[in-house]
Amino acid sequence: MPTAWNESRASEIIRRHEGREGPLLPILHDVQAEFGCIPAPAIPQIATALNLTRAEVHGVVSFYHDFREAPAGRHVLKLCRAEACQSMQGEALADQVLRHFGVAWGGTTPDGHLTVEATYCLGLCACAPSALLDGEPRGRLTTASIAALAEEIGR
Amino acid sequence: MSALRIFVPCDAAARAVGADRVAATIRDEAARHGVEVEIVRTGSRGLFWLEPMVEIATPTGRIAFGCVTPNDVPGLFAGYSRFAASHPLCVGRPEEIPFLKRQTRITFARCGIVDPLSLDDYRAHDGLRGLERARSLGPAGTVAEVTTSGLRGRGGAGFPTGIKWKTVADAPADRKYIVCNADEGDSGTYADRMLLEGDPFVLIEGMIIAGLAVGAGKGYVYIRSEYPDAIRTFSKAVAVAEAAGLLGAAAGFEIEVRVGAGAYVCGEETSLLESLEGKRGQVRAKPPLPAHKGLFGQPTVINNLISLATVPAILADGAEAYAALGMGRSRGTMPIQLAGNVKHGGLFEAAFGLTLGEIVDEIGGGTASGRPVRAVQVGGPLGAYFPRALFDTAFDYEAFAALDGLIGHGGVVVFDDTVDMARQARFALEFCAIESCGKCTPCRIGSTRGTETMDKIIRGERVTDNLALITDLCQTLKFGSLCALGGFTPYPVMSAIKHFPEDFDRPRLVAAAE
Ligand SMILES: Cc1cc2nc3c(=O)[nH]c(=O)nc-3n(C[C@H](O)[C@H](O)[C@H](O)COP(=O)(O)O)c2cc1C
Ligand code: SF4
Repeated sequence: MPTAWNESRASEIIRRHEGREGPLLPILHDVQAEFGCIPAPAIPQIATALNLTRAEVHGVVSFYHDFREAPAGRHVLKLCRAEACQSMQGEALADQVLRHFGVAWGGTTPDGHLTVEATYCLGLCACAPSALLDGEPRGRLTTASIAALAEEIGR
Repeated sequence: MSALRIFVPCDAAARAVGADRVAATIRDEAARHGVEVEIVRTGSRGLFWLEPMVEIATPTGRIAFGCVTPNDVPGLFAGYSRFAASHPLCVGRPEEIPFLKRQTRITFARCGIVDPLSLDDYRAHDGLRGLERARSLGPAGTVAEVTTSGLRGRGGAGFPTGIKWKTVADAPADRKYIVCNADEGDSGTYADRMLLEGDPFVLIEGMIIAGLAVGAGKGYVYIRSEYPDAIRTFSKAVAVAEAAGLLGAAAGFEIEVRVGAGAYVCGEETSLLESLEGKRGQVRAKPPLPAHKGLFGQPTVINNLISLATVPAILADGAEAYAALGMGRSRGTMPIQLAGNVKHGGLFEAAFGLTLGEIVDEIGGGTASGRPVRAVQVGGPLGAYFPRALFDTAFDYEAFAALDGLIGHGGVVVFDDTVDMARQARFALEFCAIESCGKCTPCRIGSTRGTETMDKIIRGERVTDNLALITDLCQTLKFGSLCALGGFTPYPVMSAIKHFPEDFDRPRLVAAAE
C-alpha cells in the first residue's frame, strides 16, 4: 500500500541515493514505490536536492510511461498489446477485460480497485497473450483464464 | 537414499503458466508420500510450449515432463516408480527432444540446467573459464580474440563487438564504463530475460571480461521495468558475486543494476545513456560515438546483453571455434526467439544460415492455432513482415537487410491467416507515435498523421491516394530520422503493403463485409 505524501520520508529516499552517478531515475522509482506516484511536491524537492530545475525534473517524469501523477488502483493489470500478443488474439481479450471492468486503457475502476494499463512486451512472447498482475507474470491467457483472473482480482 | 532432485523452472514465462504452483504441489505431495526431494528452481530450457517443464535427476541423466499442471503432480508420485518414464507427460531426456537436439547452444549452454544463483553450479558447468583465459591473454589479446570471433552486436545493428571494444580500449581516459543494454523492447524477444533469470553469472563474467579488455572499472546493467523477475534475480546474482569477491571495489570491477521506466526508445544506445544519466531518454546525435564520449562523457562500451554474455564462451573455447559457425559475415550463433502464434514457441540457438521457412515451419512447427502461416515479423516492431514467398531467406544480417528487413535481436513473430496486415501496418505507425522521443519532426508528428491515414485506408477512403501518402511519409521517415525508431518504421509498414496488397484493397473488403 502506498503511503501518504510525507516530505521527510521523501528526503530520506533522496538521501539514500547520495553519491550515486545519475541518481534521478532510481530516486523517482523509489518515490513512486513509496507513494504510489510522483506527488507534485516531490518535484521541487528532488530538483533542489539534485541541483536541477523543476522543469528538468518534470520533463523527466513526463517522458517516461511508468511514472504516474496519481496513484493507481489497489491492483494493476498490465496487458501486453505488442505484436506477439496480437498474433494470439490479444486485442480481443483485452477488449473483454476492459469491458468487464468498465474501464478504458490506463483507467481505474471507480472504487479504486483495479487499474488496467497497456504495455508493449513483457518478454513472455512464447506464452502469448500475456500480462502482469501486480508484477506477477500471466501467460496463455484465454477467455476462461481471463474470467478466472477477474474472479481473482475480486470482481 | 538421497533426496530426489527435481528441477522446476523459475523463469517468468514458466511462472506465467503455473510453474510456482507446480513446485509447491511437488513439495506438498512429496511430504505426503514421505519422499525426500530437493527442488531446484532453474531458468528455462526455452521450450516454452512444454512449460511448466519439470525435470528429475536419474543416474543416467535428467528426464523431463512437459506441460505439468498441479493436478498432474499426484499422478507423477503415484505408481510403482515415481516420475516413471512411462508417464504420459514424460518427454524423455531433454537433450534428445528434437527442438533442443538441433540447437548449437553456446550462449545458452547452461540456461535451464543450472541453479541461476549458485556460483558453484556455474563453475561446475564451465563458468569463469573465459575470464581465466582473458586474464592470461591480457587486454589487447582479449580484444583481438573477440574481433577474431567475428561476434557482431546482437542488439540489432550488428556492429562488430571487437572493433567497438578496441575503440574504447584505445581512448585515453581515467574513467570508462561498460553498459549492458538489457532494455529488450522488441516484441517477440526474450533472450536477454532468459539469461538474466536463468544464467546471470554469464553476463557478470562477460562484463568483467569487457572491463578488463578496455580498462573500465564500472558497469551498468539497464533492465526494462517490464521484467520484474529478471531485475530480482540479476540483482541477487550481483550480490552473490560481490560476496564471492568476483565483483566489487577490491575486485576492480563493480556492477550496478538500473531499471528503465517504460520507454521503448531507451533501448537505443544514446537514449539509454541519457536515461542512465537521469535525463529524458532523447536520442543523441552521433558523432561523438559512445565509444569516445559515452556515459557521463566518458569512453563507454555499450553492448546488448547477448553480445556480452557470448564473450565468456568465445574466450573459453577460442575465437576460431566460434567463427567456424555461421555464414558470410554473420559468424557464430544467434538465439532465435520463436513467438506469437507458433506451435513450438521457444528459444532456438543456432548458427546463422537457417532459412526462415526452416525456422517457422520445421522448428516452430507452424502456427499454434493450426491455421496456415500467413506472415512473419522478424526483428521486432521495426522489422519487416515476410510472406511465405520469402521463406527461403537465410537468417543472416545481410540477407535480411537486402530485403529491406532486419534480424534485429532475433525475434520471429508468427501470424496465421486471420491477420489483417493493414492493421499491422497501422500498429507500426502507432507504436512509432507512442514511443517517439520527439526529436525529429517526421517521427514525432508524421507517425501520428500516418496512423490517421492508415485509419482512412482501413475505412476504404481514397485508398490509392492515401497509400501514396503513406509511401511518401515512409520516405521522409527513412531519410529524416536521427535513429532507427523513425528510420525503420517504414520496414513493417512498406513490407505489409508490398507483400500483402490484398489487405489494403479496402473498398472490396469493406463491401465484402457488408
Ligand atoms: C529504437 C531502438 C531501440 C533499441 N532497442 C534495443 C534494445 O532493447 N536492446 C539492445 O540491445 N539494443 C537496442 N537497440 C540497439 C542499440 O541502439 C545498440 O545498437 C546496441 O545496444 C549496441 O549493442 P550491440 O552492438 O551489442 O548490439 C535499439 C535501437 C533503436 C534505434
Ligand atoms: S527518429 Fe524518432 S525516436 Fe529516433 S531520434 Fe528521431 S524522434 Fe527520436
